Amino acid sequence: MSSEKIKILVVIAVLLALAYIIPHSTSFVVLLATRALVFAILAMSVDILLGFTGLASLGQAAYFGIGAYLAAIMTTRYHFGLNWDFWLLIFLGMLAGAALAAFFGLFAIRASNVYFLMITLALGQCVWGLAYRWSSLTGGDNGINVPVRPSFGLDLTNERTFFFLVYGFFIVSLLLLYILVRSPFGHSLAGIRERELRMRILGYNTWLHKYIAFVIAGAFGGLAGVLWAFTNGIVSPETVVLTTSVDALLMVVLGGAGTLVGGVVGAAIVFGVREYLSTLVPWWQYVLGGIYVLTILYLPSGLMGIPAHIRQWWIQKSKDKNPKKLASVTS
Amino acid sequence: MTTTLRRLSPLLAIAGIALGMTSPAGAEELRIGFISPMTGIFAQIGKDMVNGFQLYLDEHHGKLGGMDVKFIVEDSQGKGDTSVTKAKKLVLQDHVHMFIGGLLASTGYALAPVSNSEKTLYIAPVAAADDLTQRQLSKYPYFFRTGWSSSQPTHALGQWACDQGIKTVVTIAADYAFGYEQVGGFQKAFEDCGGKVVQKIWPPIGTKDFGPYIPSIKRNADAIFSLMVGPMSLQFPKQLRRSGYKKRILGGGTSYDEFVLPFMGDEVIGDVSSLMYSAALETPKNETFVKAYRKKYGKVPSYYSETNYTTAEIIDISIKKAGGKYPGADKFIDIMSGLKLDAVRGPVSFEDRNPIQNIYIKKVEKKKMFGYPKAELWNTVIKTYPNVSQYWTYGKEKFLKQPVYSKDFPRCKFCE
Repeated sequence: MSSEKIKILVVIAVLLALAYIIPHSTSFVVLLATRALVFAILAMSVDILLGFTGLASLGQAAYFGIGAYLAAIMTTRYHFGLNWDFWLLIFLGMLAGAALAAFFGLFAIRASNVYFLMITLALGQCVWGLAYRWSSLTGGDNGINVPVRPSFGLDLTNERTFFFLVYGFFIVSLLLLYILVRSPFGHSLAGIRERELRMRILGYNTWLHKYIAFVIAGAFGGLAGVLWAFTNGIVSPETVVLTTSVDALLMVVLGGAGTLVGGVVGAAIVFGVREYLSTLVPWWQYVLGGIYVLTILYLPSGLMGIPAHIRQWWIQKSKDKNPKKLASVTS
Repeated sequence: MTTTLRRLSPLLAIAGIALGMTSPAGAEELRIGFISPMTGIFAQIGKDMVNGFQLYLDEHHGKLGGMDVKFIVEDSQGKGDTSVTKAKKLVLQDHVHMFIGGLLASTGYALAPVSNSEKTLYIAPVAAADDLTQRQLSKYPYFFRTGWSSSQPTHALGQWACDQGIKTVVTIAADYAFGYEQVGGFQKAFEDCGGKVVQKIWPPIGTKDFGPYIPSIKRNADAIFSLMVGPMSLQFPKQLRRSGYKKRILGGGTSYDEFVLPFMGDEVIGDVSSLMYSAALETPKNETFVKAYRKKYGKVPSYYSETNYTTAEIIDISIKKAGGKYPGADKFIDIMSGLKLDAVRGPVSFEDRNPIQNIYIKKVEKKKMFGYPKAELWNTVIKTYPNVSQYWTYGKEKFLKQPVYSKDFPRCKFCE
């Protein structure tokens, strides 16, 4: 079996285990897992840019925010999206995220590296500013409460049912994004990440490739936003603030960029420490800080890089001990 | 295989603990969740809040109304989203009877829906957003306020300013809902009495350099009304006085409350603000409270501490009235609504789940109080408006016909 296949099997096994364990734990854990999964979708969208295209975006909260505000405004003002039209709302949220990304991409994709970072940060802050100032639409600082969840045969007020809904969206997103990065398009993105100039010389329109990746990331950001509105029950400028973008970026770095599922690991750790450990001990911030620092120092490829590290260490050790047995260990 | 399992067993054990942890529900225990910022920029205010409540608990040997209290403090990290998570944790995992807290108005808005969906009492000692007990009162039946509504003290200040013969005022206030509501209350009462607000300036929340704003202030106005929060409160009066401004400065409660007052310089002496509490209130009950608080925590209590102390007292009395047990959210709210108590801040009763209470017009003075040896800055009460309703003197019906105070309401009729 190739290592790629093993990886896929492990991921499937872990996801299945999660689907079984989470609903059987306490309601609070279910709640946190739901939140982490929504952020995992956002983190995956960041990963498309950071891990596969080599673009570090600090503005992902903008698409997250537009999805969330869209859901909040549509449901509270027009009672739209509370029935079967919820699926339409999901689509609209993705569309809004994609449209905003398509607009922002015109400015952002021209730049690269730290300039790309700065431009996406600035554009993200524009959206935050709008959310904060445009009180008549967004409720300003107080935000918009989303008191109801959609109902279409399922009782989504039940946190466990809602968890499965979000879980479903997460699986589908993971699958779609996995197909995307495995496609020829995904490979050309990786090519751009590794050496853009060479790709251009080979005749690829690298601008267009990056632009499309940016728009796709925006769409999934929008999806996560719509889900967040119903998960959290309130959408406020805090949803769109820079911290959200930074969180998503850190989750990816923590889990491992370029792995997609790394975002889930990162989201689980961030939520686990910040929301769960903080209920138990007052020094949770040191734990989170420590994890960040250690990861950056010793695991540049993120936590998903741990198995590879261990394998390498194992091979090295066996090699030192008994060079002949090497073949049997690696098989 | 077995070795892998053994290797993983500590991990599994941790996961088991993490996932399986629930607190068993005791029989005679009153479980109270408390949500306040313990980390982040508002951490100090959060501590003041907890300390107030804790002081009352300690004075009553950890019991309220005869019930043993399990007091669980959760860190909101100053964020609405986290507050919601923590509130849900308190309800779902700790099975609290009620949760208390929330600092910013936005947190109040974030937490109120949680009380709905979980049918659990939410008491807000600080979060002041007007509409939670006004136009959205019926929307959140499990929401109860022991603190104040934002415009409650500034209505009185507007009236007072007008009575002092102040004719024109410039307002400068933090640019968010709490600022709009405090300015709105001031402007409404002030202009209804014949005054004129001639300019409104809105610096963003967190502004520390008022350089761009101070020169634009109309100097011919009789006074300035300022509403600052946190570090803004320290900077604004200093920078304004340094620019040579000699006229009167009025302020919302948070511009001069005891949370910032000890860190202020003498330039604030003579400034006037309004709130439902002053640490310089000369009543025996307040003197005892200030002394006890200062002895324990080394600082003069701010309204953040007082309102939480009083909240504990209100719960204490209500539980007693309910016969020493928690009677459920609806019944408990009925009991609290019917209370009349003599709190540290003065007489408190309730109307539409919001206190009717004295509003004090306070002037900053440097003096010795309560036998403390050093001359310090105190908010001396110069006028008391007794039993002020959140609807001021307008009456509920008339008041609720107007929209909630915002950047555009009341309109600035006299601004050019």
